Amino acid sequence: MRLLEVDNLRVAFRTGDGDVNAVNGVRFGIDKGETLAIVGESGSGKSQTAFAAMGLLAKNGSATGSVTFDGQDLLHLPQKELNRIRSQEIAMIFQDPMTSLNPYMKISEQMIEVLMLHKGMTRHEALDESVKMLDAVRIPDARARITMYPHEFSGGMRQRIMIAMALLCRPRLLIADEPTTALDVTVQAQIMDLLGDIRRDFGTAVILITHDLGVVAGFCDRTLVMYGGQVMEEGPTIDVFEHPSHPYTLGLLKAVPRLDRDDATLATIAGEPPDMSRLPAGCPFSPRCAMVLPQCPTTKAPLEPLGGERRRACHRPVAEVV
Amino acid sequence: MFSYIVRRLAVAIPTILILVIISFALMFAAPGGPFNSERPLPPQVLANISAKYGLDQPYWRQITTYIWNIVAHFDFGPSFKYKDRSVADIIKSGFPVTLTYGFWSFVIAVIVGVALGVVAAIRQNTWIDYFAVGTSVAAQALPNFVMAPMLVLLFTLWLGWLPGGGWNGGQWQYLVMPVIALSTSYMASIARIMRSSMLEVMNAGFIRTARAKGLPMNRIIWKHALKPAMLPVLSYLGPAFVGMITGSVVVDVYFSTGGIGLYFVNSAFNRDYSVMMGITILVGVLTILFNLVVDILYAWIDPKIRY
Repeated sequence: MRLLEVDNLRVAFRTGDGDVNAVNGVRFGIDKGETLAIVGESGSGKSQTAFAAMGLLAKNGSATGSVTFDGQDLLHLPQKELNRIRSQEIAMIFQDPMTSLNPYMKISEQMIEVLMLHKGMTRHEALDESVKMLDAVRIPDARARITMYPHEFSGGMRQRIMIAMALLCRPRLLIADEPTTALDVTVQAQIMDLLGDIRRDFGTAVILITHDLGVVAGFCDRTLVMYGGQVMEEGPTIDVFEHPSHPYTLGLLKAVPRLDRDDATLATIAGEPPDMSRLPAGCPFSPRCAMVLPQCPTTKAPLEPLGGERRRACHRPVAEVV
Repeated sequence: MFSYIVRRLAVAIPTILILVIISFALMFAAPGGPFNSERPLPPQVLANISAKYGLDQPYWRQITTYIWNIVAHFDFGPSFKYKDRSVADIIKSGFPVTLTYGFWSFVIAVIVGVALGVVAAIRQNTWIDYFAVGTSVAAQALPNFVMAPMLVLLFTLWLGWLPGGGWNGGQWQYLVMPVIALSTSYMASIARIMRSSMLEVMNAGFIRTARAKGLPMNRIIWKHALKPAMLPVLSYLGPAFVGMITGSVVVDVYFSTGGIGLYFVNSAFNRDYSVMMGITILVGVLTILFNLVVDILYAWIDPKIRY
């Protein structure tokens, strides 16, 4: 059994302008200790997929389908059971470490409440354990600095604290939602290194949600490419990067700036990100696709196996996607 | 922090001085005087009285004497209207009354207002929310000079539960209606501010983090959301507290409580200069003081604020 299995997940938001379908039938899984990247541009539904799994959707959002963790369907779990899984089994870190820590509470308070609640520790034990965890994410002088407030730390340090807080209960799965997007490039590398060490030392499975393909390349075993709330293609990261089987993946890879080439202009994908309340009946990428076929706008291409562990959803034969 | 408080109190002194000079100038400039009446006094009598109270002196002379008496003797002068009472006597008898019903109004307004706002925000767009918002709007729209007689009608004339007025040393039966009449509109404002700020805080990233940590909802509200959501309410509370403890004319008129609210308004009608000035200074000092208290509370809630 896989650690986490997402099947036919749909997320919709009720808004004044009608329903917005953010996630439209996503299916994937992740094994123990594995790292999976979910890649896509803003509005591709990658973050909402994670929020749905954690029960963190905004009030007007609802999820259908199934998200199975260790045999339990997270979408239909009572609040109390779900709270037991959060933090203890699945933890999550967010994009902006400036706003995801409570600015009005000391770091120590924010950390020890997790351990006191989930592990029944005393204040003292919880504080010791929290300091250890801050040491593990390489916060210098953790014992003294744990009583500080978030604004007394830099952005990179705050993300380290978020990671430490997420790992307190030794969860089996860590969902990192754009963990480096809000950080400087040099700090990004440090955070990714740290996440790599943590995966190794704690054996935590990691779902890394990002739009930054450079971050994915060195970190993830497998990559899932999403567009318009649907999976476009999936496979081992090396394969996907070296032989993209979907025009969207191809476009994304071409749009990565390269230092080893002397291109005057940066390649872009023509058109705009999709309007999630008015998706085409067929492939969501078809309006922007350079290799569009006549049936693309009207008929959805099913997500089909493509040899090995790869899957793709495209009408265009693989050989023609270059 | 200590030096900040000292600094703020030091700045308060010139502020009060400016308040005194301007109020005094306005009074001086207004036509009429305390001893003008429908049947004019004989000119000689008027001149004698004016001389007795120093009203025949030029403006700068009057104001320096007034300020000197306060600074040197803490003497706010005699009332011009109540022959045998000084300003200090009037404040001493009236202020404890307004302070009592004002304090309870404040406590009720804050507790009920905050609770109503929080519940409305947490249960946004349910009947509880609509009820809370509807009640707040109604309460704010209802002026207290309409509400006060309605209360008397209900509790005194129909139900016969409460005395229709008086103070009687501030027994609780005499407190109920003044407190309701005074606190309602403040309560409604607090509830509306609290609701919108709570809604905003509940959408913050750190609340999502708290939910992801598996904390139960009531802990999220109490430990994570309440403090930051209180900040906008807090800035409203300083002036509101002063407004309540310095009383209200409506309460003093309808319930004959004998607070300084009534004296204040009467002193303006009667040109009772010294009483008007005394109460103005009292309100000014209290306003400065409670704005300082609010600023200190701000620093206590928000660790980013350091003085």
